[in-house]
Amino acid sequence: MKSVAIFFICIILLNGCTSSTQLSLYQQLDGKAGLARLVDSFIYQIGNDEQVIHYFEHSNIAHFRQGFITHMCMLVEGPCKYDGDSMVAIHTGMHITEKDFNHVVDLLINAMNAQNINHNLQNKILSRMAPLRGEIIKI
Amino acid sequence: MKKIKCVLAGLLLVTSFSSLASDGKLLATPGVSQIEGSGGGGIVPWAQLAGYASEDEFSVNGFCSRADVTDYTLDVCGAQLNLFNRLELSYAQQQFDVPALDTEIEQSVTGAKIRLYGDIVYSDWPQLSLGIQHKSLDDGAVATLVGAQDTSGTDYYLAASKLHLGAIAGYNWFWNVTTRYSEANQLGLLGYGGSNSSAKVLFEGSTALFFSREIAVGMEYRQKNNNLNLGEQDWKDLFIAWMPNKHISVTAAYLDLGSIAGADDQTGWYLSVTGYW
Repeated sequence: MKSVAIFFICIILLNGCTSSTQLSLYQQLDGKAGLARLVDSFIYQIGNDEQVIHYFEHSNIAHFRQGFITHMCMLVEGPCKYDGDSMVAIHTGMHITEKDFNHVVDLLINAMNAQNINHNLQNKILSRMAPLRGEIIKI
Repeated sequence: MKKIKCVLAGLLLVTSFSSLASDGKLLATPGVSQIEGSGGGGIVPWAQLAGYASEDEFSVNGFCSRADVTDYTLDVCGAQLNLFNRLELSYAQQQFDVPALDTEIEQSVTGAKIRLYGDIVYSDWPQLSLGIQHKSLDDGAVATLVGAQDTSGTDYYLAASKLHLGAIAGYNWFWNVTTRYSEANQLGLLGYGGSNSSAKVLFEGSTALFFSREIAVGMEYRQKNNNLNLGEQDWKDLFIAWMPNKHISVTAAYLDLGSIAGADDQTGWYLSVTGYW
């Protein structure tokens, strides 16, 4: 069991090493161009999904695309300020369920995989977005 | 053999009815099935409810597990029903083989777990659940022989768990802490209570790192009573779980169960398969 403890300590130490690369999340995502590719990929995933496409029936795709890119850019600490409609304002009346929210998370993961974003970077992006769930579902 | 056939039939069902399966949770977040039938790790019940049902769904899961240590083998098969990610009902049948005595001990475990608060991924505080496991030996002869007071008993537990996204070097980190009230000797396979009955509130813990969406590697610890004065020791395991999709999970583990009924150094292997639909 000692070796197991050592294994976990090594992983925790590893944490210090990887963060010393000093590249911001925004830079690791290849800046605005990378974000645009990711959001396009995400829109493609949603467009081909029977389960959640209905939530976007009355959306202006170009408006959604620009808003999402800017919002994500801000979440990953890029040089952007999202001053569009609030998450609550956008999602009120949509009654998004827990199940459908998680399904959209799955689609975002598919999009990140399609863009070859590595697993660890994916998790960091998800951790920035997860706190928004309360402003999105069941309203 | 019968059990293996059951599992195969179950898995076939899972695959053929996969379109009906609940899939409202994120991959791997329900955990797997522990040896008393509750949703959890391998030896510790976790705060998550078994299965992929979100609050608008229900799900049914079936599992079989085998633990093979130096002098004993434990086979378990069971099922869980998850109602709206609020209530988990479970049933498991354990068969404990003692080749040295040419005997088998069988026990059934009926469980229920209610989610009190939260979601392991999204809530600010850890998910919190309260559970109960009622266990009953089919034949209490061995338990009585080794000095147990009862041949059935009830455990109560409170579990807290959390998944931290990207927390350790960008990997998702999971932990669970469980506090259990129990009088069981070796899960109850050697009965309940005894001449040395003492501390009843026991600590259990699990932690794991997700090296991908599908693979988690972790360890568990479960504190044990020593009611029978047979030198019962705390249990530990080191596990790897593979969850390739929302229909199946496979868990393998290395077990260190200490001394069981006077036989020291019970180490060995564990394999468990759960089907979800």
